[in-house]
Amino acid sequence: MDLQALSVESANIARQDSAWQRLRGNWSVRVGGYALLLMVLVAFAAPLLGTVDPSLFDAASRDLRPGQSGEIMTLDGELLKHKFVMGSDSFGRDIYSRVIYGTRVSLLVGICAALLALAFGVVFGLCAGTLRWLDGPLMRVMDGLMAIPAILLAIALVAMWRASVLTVVLAIAITEIPRVTRLVRSLVLSIREEPYVEAAISLGSPTWKIMFGHILPNCIAPLLVQGTYICASAILVEAILSFLGVGLPPDIPTWGNIMAEGRVQFMTYPHNLFFPGVFLAVTVLAVNMLGDGLRDTLDPKMAKRV
Amino acid sequence: MSVLEVRDLTIALPRGGDRGEAASRVSFSVERGEIVCLVGESGSGKSVIAQGVMGLLPKGLPVTGGAILLEGEDLTHATQRRLRELRCTRMSMVFQEPMTALNPVMGCGDQLDEVLREHTRLARAERRRKILDTVREVRLPEPERMVASYPHQLSGGQRQRIMIAMALLLEPALLIADEPTTALDVTTQAQILKLILDLQARRGMGVLFITHDFGVVAEVAHRVAVLRLGELVEFGAKDEVLKRPRHDYTRMLIGSVPTLKPHARPAAAGAPVVLATRGLCKTYRDRGWLAKRREVSAAVDVTLEVRKGQTLGIVGESGSGKSTVARCIVRLIDPSAGEVLLNGVDIAALRAAALRPLRRNIQIVFQDPYRSLNPRRTVLEAIIEGPLNYGVARAAAVERARKLMELVRMDPESLGRYPHQFSGGQRQRICIARALAMEPELLIADEAVSALDVSVQAQVLALLEEIRERLHLAMLFITHDLRVAAQVCDHVAVMSQGRVVEYGPAAQVFGAPRHEYTRALFEAAPGRDFAFGAA
Repeated sequence: MDLQALSVESANIARQDSAWQRLRGNWSVRVGGYALLLMVLVAFAAPLLGTVDPSLFDAASRDLRPGQSGEIMTLDGELLKHKFVMGSDSFGRDIYSRVIYGTRVSLLVGICAALLALAFGVVFGLCAGTLRWLDGPLMRVMDGLMAIPAILLAIALVAMWRASVLTVVLAIAITEIPRVTRLVRSLVLSIREEPYVEAAISLGSPTWKIMFGHILPNCIAPLLVQGTYICASAILVEAILSFLGVGLPPDIPTWGNIMAEGRVQFMTYPHNLFFPGVFLAVTVLAVNMLGDGLRDTLDPKMAKRV
Repeated sequence: MSVLEVRDLTIALPRGGDRGEAASRVSFSVERGEIVCLVGESGSGKSVIAQGVMGLLPKGLPVTGGAILLEGEDLTHATQRRLRELRCTRMSMVFQEPMTALNPVMGCGDQLDEVLREHTRLARAERRRKILDTVREVRLPEPERMVASYPHQLSGGQRQRIMIAMALLLEPALLIADEPTTALDVTTQAQILKLILDLQARRGMGVLFITHDFGVVAEVAHRVAVLRLGELVEFGAKDEVLKRPRHDYTRMLIGSVPTLKPHARPAAAGAPVVLATRGLCKTYRDRGWLAKRREVSAAVDVTLEVRKGQTLGIVGESGSGKSTVARCIVRLIDPSAGEVLLNGVDIAALRAAALRPLRRNIQIVFQDPYRSLNPRRTVLEAIIEGPLNYGVARAAAVERARKLMELVRMDPESLGRYPHQFSGGQRQRICIARALAMEPELLIADEAVSALDVSVQAQVLALLEEIRERLHLAMLFITHDLRVAAQVCDHVAVMSQGRVVEYGPAAQVFGAPRHEYTRALFEAAPGRDFAFGAA
């Protein structure tokens, strides 16, 4: 009797779409992704969007309401007619230009901090998960870092160095490294018990091959998800640091700086806080939506748990 | 009136599934006082039908046609409220995995009490008396202690008895048992089956028993319904279906069940010994900081021999140490004591660097086909990984991979695909090809066919047999399934609690078991009096 012909097995294979197809079908990924893409385009095209140099100010155009027209002096002493779409602040600077240029800083800080935290976290996590003697000491250091509130640690680190984009990125990344390390370590510990890793051992694959060929590729989905969350939180933390006056220097236009300067006059001129606040909220929401969508499609086990 | 009558039941699958319906126009009935077995391979829709009866179908699987009559009442149109009233009182369900079916943070007694509180107005003392009576009826020792314990404090069999007690508390007319013994060891399974048979006879209820195991069917069924891809292909009395199956599919399934009679292939006594263990021990020591030291012996003094071209089976229940022995031999774990002699060389204590050149001689195929292949690597990469490690040129390795795919009856053109595009049986073939790519002298199959459906299992067993013969391999076959062992093994070692309790030629162990544990195992094998595989 022909077993193969009657067997129903081949009909039982679960039809699986590729990860890419599933991602495109997820509305949260689509909405978050498009919103984020829009922000990236805005950041790149900032000079083309009817902005002026964000550092320009004109005493005659102080505290204009959104939509009012006024004049602004360029560095060459030329007087420009300008419509203040989002109003101006108490120095007479154009809020619209500052918010648009602020997108660059926020995205840069968010993405760089996420990449940096992931890079170090992956290295530390792989070491802790693979080298048993390093596991204890390394994880205790990470626990120590985690014991300090992230904002406080970032403030301390920025205060130690001179405030600049690099130091802010570093400060934020350092506070996130322990979380990534823990995630990677736990992934390594579970993946290395998988039969395919044991099979690789019996196939004589050296440890580094197993680490980079088998374990790391299977960490990518959860890392991608974690990366988006770090990015969102880094954007927020940067804004908080700037708002507190311990982040980037006030001459760099960032959403946090704009809000910090508008804080005093918040009751009379709410637009100083409103517009950067909306941009900040939309960007963080977009990144988080993208992260949620990624988690649901790439890491369904985690999605059920959270 | 039948206890349960299912008429033309059709349950839809979500769009994009591999077929349109999970169950298509299925009709069968369960009468008072009989056990109807619903048999089928994975994906046949048997569990979906059970969920449909209980009203537990997920949203994506709606009933689109037909009727489910429980004592004449149509359940397909019943409200949630009515279904809740009927569950436990008129129909009950026992699930496959008792550990997850019971709430781990609630005492067993409280979980039983919950049923009574929901459905009756009995006083506390009466409820307790009823609970203890039922617990006694499912033959749990020390009912008071059982009722006071949490699920994790009980064994698998005891947990399943608690589940059965819970299902029977309110004396339902219909009991649905969804693979109730699949997660249990064979001796425990035999006890639970006997219990269900006794209770059913005493209470005269109807039982819908879902299983994939024809041995179990032979043991418990009065009538049998065979499902294939959501369609009922055969429904009739047990003897009719098992002895004179009318449908080809049923005939194929029954023919795939291995017999308990060991094969009669002669094994050459003079073949060279490829692998031998001498006094192999593995002890796990829990050296907690400030904690009390605990020692668990997973394998004690295991001495075995595998000869070229022959198959040694290690048989035992879960926790018997059979997988520990395999993992010690492959050196995935380090043995605590004893020798592992590969062609006379002791590899038990070799350091990693010295071991590496020898690793290729011993290859292993694991149980779970879904976790044995890296999901992010193509089949080709999986198969050539080993040869590349040992310096084979890439082109030669690819060529070998293509030949191996043919050897395991797979299309060499599918080498570029990823594991998720294959079924369980196909993945297991790929794993075998991956192991063979190393040209090993010893192939270890660690429960390699246990996760497969019976027809696929038969194919993979035939493949392993063919490979052993063609390549003249030594094979170490680890299984909990006596039927599988009988079919492939030349020698059999029976393990219990880390020790080999009986070891000898298969015909001798199967024909005249000497150790009482071996005898108990054979006693417990479901359907042992039934001649399968003859078709």
